Amino acid sequence: MKSLILFVFLLILPAEAFRPTLLLGNLIERTCRQTPFYDLCVWSLKTNPESRNADVKKLARIMVDSVLKNKASDTLDLIDELLQDGFTLDPALHKALSSCAERYSVIIGGDVPEIIEALETGDYKFAERGTNDAAMEANSCEVEFPGKSPLTHMNKVVHDVSVVAASIVKIILHSQW
Amino acid sequence: MPHLFVLAIAFLFPFFFLVVKLLKKQLIHGGYTLPSGKIKSNQIYFGKFSLSFFFAFSWSQPRTVNHPPCLPSEALPIYSNENLRALKHRTPLFLPSYSAVRFYFFFIRFIQLYQTMADTDPFLPKSSSDGSYPTGSQATRRSPIKEQLTIFFGLLAVGLFAALLIGKNGSYNAHVQENKHGSLATSTTKKPETLGPVSRGPAAGVSEKSNRLSAKVDGNLLVYPWNNSMLSWQRTAFHFQPEKNWMNDPNGPLFYKGWYHFFYQYNPNAAVWGDIVWGHAVSRDMIHWLHLPLAMVADQWYDVNGVWTGSATILPDGKVVMLYTGSTAEAVQVQNLAYPANPNDPLLINWVKYPGNPVLVPPPGIDKMDFRDPTTAWLTSEGKWRITIGSKINKTGIALIYDTTDFINYERLDGALHAVSGTGMWECVDFFPVSKTEENGLETSVNGPGVKHVVKASLDDDRHDYYAIGTYHEKNGTWIPDQPEIDVGIGIRYDYGIFYAAKTFYDQNKNRRVLWGWIGESDSEAADVQKGWASLQSIPRTILFDNKTGTHLLQWPVEETESLRLKSNEFNQVTLQAGTVVPLDVGSATQLDIMAEFVIDKEALEKATGSNETFSCGTSGGAAERGALGPFGLLALADESLSEKTPVYFYIAKGSDGNLKTFFCNDQSRSSAASDVNKLIYGSFVPVLEGENLSLRMLVDHSIIESFAQGGRTVITSRVYPTKAIYGAAKVFLFNNATEASVTASLKIWQMNSAFIRPYPNDGKF
Repeated sequence: MKSLILFVFLLILPAEAFRPTLLLGNLIERTCRQTPFYDLCVWSLKTNPESRNADVKKLARIMVDSVLKNKASDTLDLIDELLQDGFTLDPALHKALSSCAERYSVIIGGDVPEIIEALETGDYKFAERGTNDAAMEANSCEVEFPGKSPLTHMNKVVHDVSVVAASIVKIILHSQW
Repeated sequence: MPHLFVLAIAFLFPFFFLVVKLLKKQLIHGGYTLPSGKIKSNQIYFGKFSLSFFFAFSWSQPRTVNHPPCLPSEALPIYSNENLRALKHRTPLFLPSYSAVRFYFFFIRFIQLYQTMADTDPFLPKSSSDGSYPTGSQATRRSPIKEQLTIFFGLLAVGLFAALLIGKNGSYNAHVQENKHGSLATSTTKKPETLGPVSRGPAAGVSEKSNRLSAKVDGNLLVYPWNNSMLSWQRTAFHFQPEKNWMNDPNGPLFYKGWYHFFYQYNPNAAVWGDIVWGHAVSRDMIHWLHLPLAMVADQWYDVNGVWTGSATILPDGKVVMLYTGSTAEAVQVQNLAYPANPNDPLLINWVKYPGNPVLVPPPGIDKMDFRDPTTAWLTSEGKWRITIGSKINKTGIALIYDTTDFINYERLDGALHAVSGTGMWECVDFFPVSKTEENGLETSVNGPGVKHVVKASLDDDRHDYYAIGTYHEKNGTWIPDQPEIDVGIGIRYDYGIFYAAKTFYDQNKNRRVLWGWIGESDSEAADVQKGWASLQSIPRTILFDNKTGTHLLQWPVEETESLRLKSNEFNQVTLQAGTVVPLDVGSATQLDIMAEFVIDKEALEKATGSNETFSCGTSGGAAERGALGPFGLLALADESLSEKTPVYFYIAKGSDGNLKTFFCNDQSRSSAASDVNKLIYGSFVPVLEGENLSLRMLVDHSIIESFAQGGRTVITSRVYPTKAIYGAAKVFLFNNATEASVTASLKIWQMNSAFIRPYPNDGKF
């Protein structure tokens, strides 16, 4: 009897370790497969607890409201840091950083609210517009630097997250229901 | 996959249970002899097995990556190849295989044990003092069924277990392979469907340079952050736009008590879409507009999430009724009724919403977010009012039909006015009659033998406006297109550039049908926020049936546009040899009305060799791609050195059968040195009939160019944002980039005055 209990116990343990992944990864994986950045998409969504029972619309919302907004805010914080740190010595760099600061403010204060309102009211073309614009702002920020950009990583992240969000919105827009 | 796991566990349970039951004695006291002679107890064997089983399961699972949020100061670890691989596969594959092998060997051992149980167990005493070691009786009591079952379950569990391990690891590998180049490379990805375009407009077929994170300076294409001089130049002089902030769809246009009224979707708070309410302006001539206070705001539960698009109906007694879509507090799209607070006020400043709103809610079978933009109503032969509202069912765009007598109670007609599969959601549906013979507009209720009806829809899926001409069957409220192959959504567009959510109205003042269209921006929203505004309306255009082609409508700027014309310059019979550019000295070139005619060398037309290649403006190389018989036309908003220019041109393609096909294009690829503006090439085939010269009218008004080919048969509107070709530096040229043909051009170019669009003055004098 003791042995039986021991075996049962040992069987249950590994089950708990991986059951959630197997059963609930499906919609996220299916959705992310239709975006150009699968790994980023899956990682961003799975690490967010709200994605547990989410439908595609909610996934889009998470990608924008949590991931994109946070990454853009982080980038804006970094830009502020750089501007204060003395990069002002190089006027071209300073100009590029200021322009980037404006672009990221627009992503956070303009694009994100536009996308969220569009997702909530069902006028998805404005969600598509906002996500495409966020990708473009990040890209435009990057090309403004005359030499090596201090923001390459963050710009790439924001750009890729925006593209993923745009793809998810496109899935909603073209869905069969 | 999950089911396999559940099955495996399910079968393992009875297996183990039976094992324990059958081998109880063995388990507690039994053991086995290794070849070396050592004796190991069965308990240890079971323990080892269980541990390996446990490890097999836990190690074979992919980890949920619980990566801590990345701090801005560190490089994002997930974005390096090595780290991604490490995160994904911490498990060397041999561990689960090893455990599976151990499990298998155990199972074999169990079979051996089981078979030797019939013989005397060497470790148990032969005799016993009490009868509590019922070895013999155990042997006789062992049932064949239990034996079979145990083996069955065990084998099944092993098989499922193995399948699980192999299946899970295999598919995961495939994922990483498939997406590795997509997620980490800096070159263009191979999935045009899902990659969001970096600049405005459809990405299909045009090299987007979408991943320019590494490309800084591209030839002489330097990047300009926008300065105030460039941005303030972009504001137009004679196109309708509010003083600031965001605008989109035209709403409820009408003529009432001597004034043209124009309402529009407006965001009072920002230069991006959101918080939508109804803006309002009036004009005597549809050109000189005066801004009025907001007509309707989002102050009711049924439109708190947006006072969206709607249309006006003027009743026979002169009363005005407005139907519009509201997005409710729960984001349901409903139709609401509103009317002027004071019908004697010609300016219609205040509006009242019907207290019993909403008057229409989404019917069964229609999604609550696919029901918007009611049209102007028209009378049926029974004296009822009929409206149509766009929607979709799966991927079929549809125009629903409702009848009403009081605009408060509606009955839905079966079926729909029309539907076209594969077109997606139909927004801003419009339905109106056109005369086949007369050159005037028709009131919306008119029907009869000399009348055709137009159905128009704005396709949400591709953001373009499509129309088709057909016949309206009044009795059952249906409409059949004349040519189903160019049906709504798959055929002709009002405009091949930026033009959406268009709406017509019947102007009873001048007996014409007038078209409005929303012209969005094609620059970045950051620039919009910086300049403080976004979007324009098209110049209002009259609509006429083109009885020469029978398939097209003709759009032309309303005649009042000509009242803005100032000084003009005429150029007669200018010969353009192949490969020439001719400057046109007209002075300032940012506010122009150009009428041009082109005649191509007849000989060259005949001599040119035809080819099977199909041409399309969007996939061509623009004005720089030289063909035998084109491109030739105008270069608008071009600077002296032609570093920035927007060519609007004709391109004649000769087929292998000798037939000529003419295309009309607008090329933005070199319109600006800035990198964050739309660089696409717009355009389409334009029907040119026997004996017609190529004609072009172009309105240039700062950041908008509207071009009308063949009297308005094909129209292209584009937004242009030059950095150098602005103010006095903007010029206009003629060009002929054909290789074999010379072209003769005759033009008249007017300077255009400003329309001085401003708020309605408080003292009433304007």
